[in-house]
Amino acid sequence: MSKPEDEPKSTTLLETAKEALQGLREDIKDPQRTQIWKSVFRVKHERSDPRTRSLGVLGNVFLHLHPGRINRDAVRYNYTWGMGGITFYLYLVLTFTGVLLMFYYHPTKLQAFRDILYLEHDVPFGRLARNMHRWAAHLMIITLWLHMFRVVLTGSYRRPREFNWCVGVILLVLTLLLSFTGYLLPDDQLGFWAVTVGTNMARATPLLGNEGPFGPALGMTPYNDVRFALLGGSIVDANALLRAYIWHCIAIPVLASVFMIVHFWRVRKDGGISGPSPVMLESEIKPPAKVR
Amino acid sequence: MDWAQIWRIVSVPDNVPITLIAILVPFYTWYGLRQAVATDRLIDKLQADPALAKTGHRKILPFLPEWSREVPVWPYLLKIEFLAAIIVTLILMIWSITLNAPLEEPANPNFTMNPSKAPWYFVGLQEMLVYFDPWFAGVVLPSLIVVGLMVFPYVDTNPLGLGYYTIKQRVIPLFSFGFGFFLWLLLIFIGTFVRGPGWMWFWPGQPWDHTRVIYEVNRNLPDVLGIHNLWLGGILGVLAIAIFYAGAGWGIHKWLTKPGLNRTLYERTSLLQYATFQFFAITVLAGLPAKMILRLVFRVHYVLITPWFNI
Repeated sequence: MSKPEDEPKSTTLLETAKEALQGLREDIKDPQRTQIWKSVFRVKHERSDPRTRSLGVLGNVFLHLHPGRINRDAVRYNYTWGMGGITFYLYLVLTFTGVLLMFYYHPTKLQAFRDILYLEHDVPFGRLARNMHRWAAHLMIITLWLHMFRVVLTGSYRRPREFNWCVGVILLVLTLLLSFTGYLLPDDQLGFWAVTVGTNMARATPLLGNEGPFGPALGMTPYNDVRFALLGGSIVDANALLRAYIWHCIAIPVLASVFMIVHFWRVRKDGGISGPSPVMLESEIKPPAKVR
Repeated sequence: MDWAQIWRIVSVPDNVPITLIAILVPFYTWYGLRQAVATDRLIDKLQADPALAKTGHRKILPFLPEWSREVPVWPYLLKIEFLAAIIVTLILMIWSITLNAPLEEPANPNFTMNPSKAPWYFVGLQEMLVYFDPWFAGVVLPSLIVVGLMVFPYVDTNPLGLGYYTIKQRVIPLFSFGFGFFLWLLLIFIGTFVRGPGWMWFWPGQPWDHTRVIYEVNRNLPDVLGIHNLWLGGILGVLAIAIFYAGAGWGIHKWLTKPGLNRTLYERTSLLQYATFQFFAITVLAGLPAKMILRLVFRVHYVLITPWFNI
């Protein structure tokens, strides 16, 4: 015969466990009510409530560059072409694949080319990572040009966005330089001669190159001119490889990131995307404000 | 026609982006201009009817009064962004699986590639080396292009055409930028598909003959005119450039002051803005094609020869 006082004790334990299990079940059914969910996302997401939709965007660090609400026409693809966003996305892809490649790559004359062979033939998905890095880089230049083309066609570079257009031009130059410095890194004939041809032009820099106008008169030789500074030597060799690597993997990405931060920030501060705005007629031109 | 030769150039992995440009740029040009034409029609309609201009909807996009003017970013914008990211990833994946990035023999300074070409986005610069010396084509001209792009918004005083596609309200900037953009693409196409060994001119489909010798005499402008004295030649060169600047400047001035909208906008432009635009338009947009024609058609090498630099 069991003791009567034992019975309620054991059932309490069982019931507590059952209750806890029940609570867990409900949590799984509706995770938004849990403390963990609330600590991460803060805002409960309600499909029908536009306010929580906005808060979901504004409270998210990755999405906070967006406003909560936007003009209904501004999301139209035929106006925006989406090329700026795709360019930025390709930059992220390049950063990701680039870091993967960096795990296997030594910027030295002895190892660089072998590392590429190793990546191509032995590293799991190494060839895929290298191919993606290459093609994303090419694609990024194309989407960047198309982005500029759209900005010109819609006149969006003008007041109040002049400064942001200039930031964009700098980003264009940095992107081209990123691509160019990456060209040398496999240390093959293609990259070597492309960079040789490219940097040979630096010889002819006016005033600063040993073959440029007025360069020799200022004491420029192959061993102290601007090309020497670019290559870390008078020929494309080990120092040039290391310099290209540092420019490609650290210096230019950091610079470009800074300019990108400014670029995106200014898009918002200059009033978001420029259009599609209502047309203005020639008869509505006001005399210019005399601010000089 | 050597189709194998054409395929050999087109199928170089690093040239695939150029094929992509040949498809994407015409498509997006059409895509943008199509909207520009529609907007221009709307502008004409509104301008002809002031009553309609006061009340009419001023976009080519549909609008109903009961529609809300704004939409939440989530999901209406973010879904487009996420979709674009997925599509781009997919394209990149397929491209990367089907086509390998190029890798040639290890770098060898003793074995020069012929032709040795810059990456495709810089081939335009390399092609400019045919027409100008390296100090100009490789350093000064690219700097002018970058600075020219940056001053673009500061010399454009047009209050019209901000935030919509239009042609008739923005003829000057569209033509200037479009001309520069397509000239740049043309240089890339020439540099990639036309230039062969020794950077010689091979028409597409003409086999690349490494032993080819071209007998062409490129003469300097003073020699063409029979002047062999250095001083006289120098003066002649400066004169030729001055005449070119005056002539091109006069033509551009005629265009900028054409009665109508151009004239209205010209009157809003300060002297500094006008002079800046003229400088970049003459030097880059007119100067480069002028020198290309001089070189390719008339076989003129230098216009101005000095002991320090040649143009």
